[in-house]
Amino acid sequence: MPILTADMSAGTLVEWRKKPGDALERGDIVALVETDKGLIDIEVFTPGVLEKIVVQPGATVPTGTVLAIIRDAAPTGAPPVAAAAAPPAPSPVGPAPAPVAPGPAGRLRISPLARKLAAELGVDPATVRATGGGAIRREDIERAAAARAAAPEQQPRADRSARLRQAIGAAMARSKREIPHYYLATTIDMHSAMTWLTEENLKCSVPDRLLYGVLFIKAVALALKEVPELNSVWRGSEPVRSEAIHVGVAISLRGGGLVAPALHDTAGQSLRDLMRQFRDLVQRARSGGLRSSELSDPTITITSLGQQGVETVFGVIFPPQVAIVGFGKLVERPWAVAGQVVARPLVTATLSADHRVSDGHRGGLFLAAVDRLLQAPALL
Amino acid sequence: MTRDEIRATVLRTLGEIAPEADLSALESAVSFRDQLDVDSMDLLNFVIALHATLHVDIPEADYPKLATLDGCVDYLAAAGAR
Repeated sequence: MPILTADMSAGTLVEWRKKPGDALERGDIVALVETDKGLIDIEVFTPGVLEKIVVQPGATVPTGTVLAIIRDAAPTGAPPVAAAAAPPAPSPVGPAPAPVAPGPAGRLRISPLARKLAAELGVDPATVRATGGGAIRREDIERAAAARAAAPEQQPRADRSARLRQAIGAAMARSKREIPHYYLATTIDMHSAMTWLTEENLKCSVPDRLLYGVLFIKAVALALKEVPELNSVWRGSEPVRSEAIHVGVAISLRGGGLVAPALHDTAGQSLRDLMRQFRDLVQRARSGGLRSSELSDPTITITSLGQQGVETVFGVIFPPQVAIVGFGKLVERPWAVAGQVVARPLVTATLSADHRVSDGHRGGLFLAAVDRLLQAPALL
Repeated sequence: MTRDEIRATVLRTLGEIAPEADLSALESAVSFRDQLDVDSMDLLNFVIALHATLHVDIPEADYPKLATLDGCVDYLAAAGAR
């Protein structure tokens, strides 16, 4: 059971998408797991053949538990490896947080379809009786959901929301407890970027248009190449610089809470590709269906509260990352250009960074690079 | 397409974008942003869906005209929604 978020301690195996004997490629989705962040598709990190399923659907197991055995694809009798092994987990320095998703201790006999439906309808399968005498089936879940709809209180939904809040609280408390944050802010003139964007969007049809948020994402990714220590993760007692740049984007969920999944290889993608993936990511974050690597891979996070009218946001770093970049609302304000005061669209960009890894000087260079890159949007 | 049909299509599209919203209480002359918890990505998906369903090309400069339910109906009717 991989660790998908900083404070995940357990997950419920919902269903297997592959069966023993199936050949697996890196990135294939092998299983569906329920966490506090919703239903997550679990990918494999090594190619091979699924030899044996260890954890059955319905079981809630701690992170680190072997879910299945994958035999290496190498021709000689290579040793099997544990499936869906998590990327190296951040080692908690302080006391381990309490499990945020305690599940039933025993196994529940339930069909995968019923399990998925139960998750969609917010029904706790542990409270459902199997009328067929065997496993809980789809009809049992539908009956339970109908019965609950007649009741005034929808407890399971409230439970999930409370668990998500608890998970966010645990991660943020750990961040504030362990990470010595420092904070920087700068005002960026968005005149060139917005002028370029308007012209670009005139050339393309509705589905291909860009949002200015994508320019922020790409500029941050490129600026990280200049100040690479901000693109690190904290492992044990030291930072480990990440070769890959996977920018996580904070996405608010309907009904409260947030997730910050990764846009993989952010610096190497065109703005149009990034926009397509960003749209897809927001949609999947809000409707379910994020992939495990998207939750575990971010090397830095961007948070933007401009939509809510906020001008300046100083984010709290998501452990084990070492920096978070914030963008506020785009506002038109007086701005001095070549000795003249003119009206310009301005945005406040901020950096919250880990002082164990970088200093204000390097953080300042990073924000200056973001500013410089946004002045030449055609090159992004 | 009649104005009533356009109105129904707009409401259905909104329901897909913001499934938790109570659209029966939506005020037709007040902006969606002031009534629903929607962001720029939601509004982009809204315009993309209207474009696909009603076969209307919507320049970005016209997005402000789609800020309210009344505005949407007026704009889409004039643009020849079909």
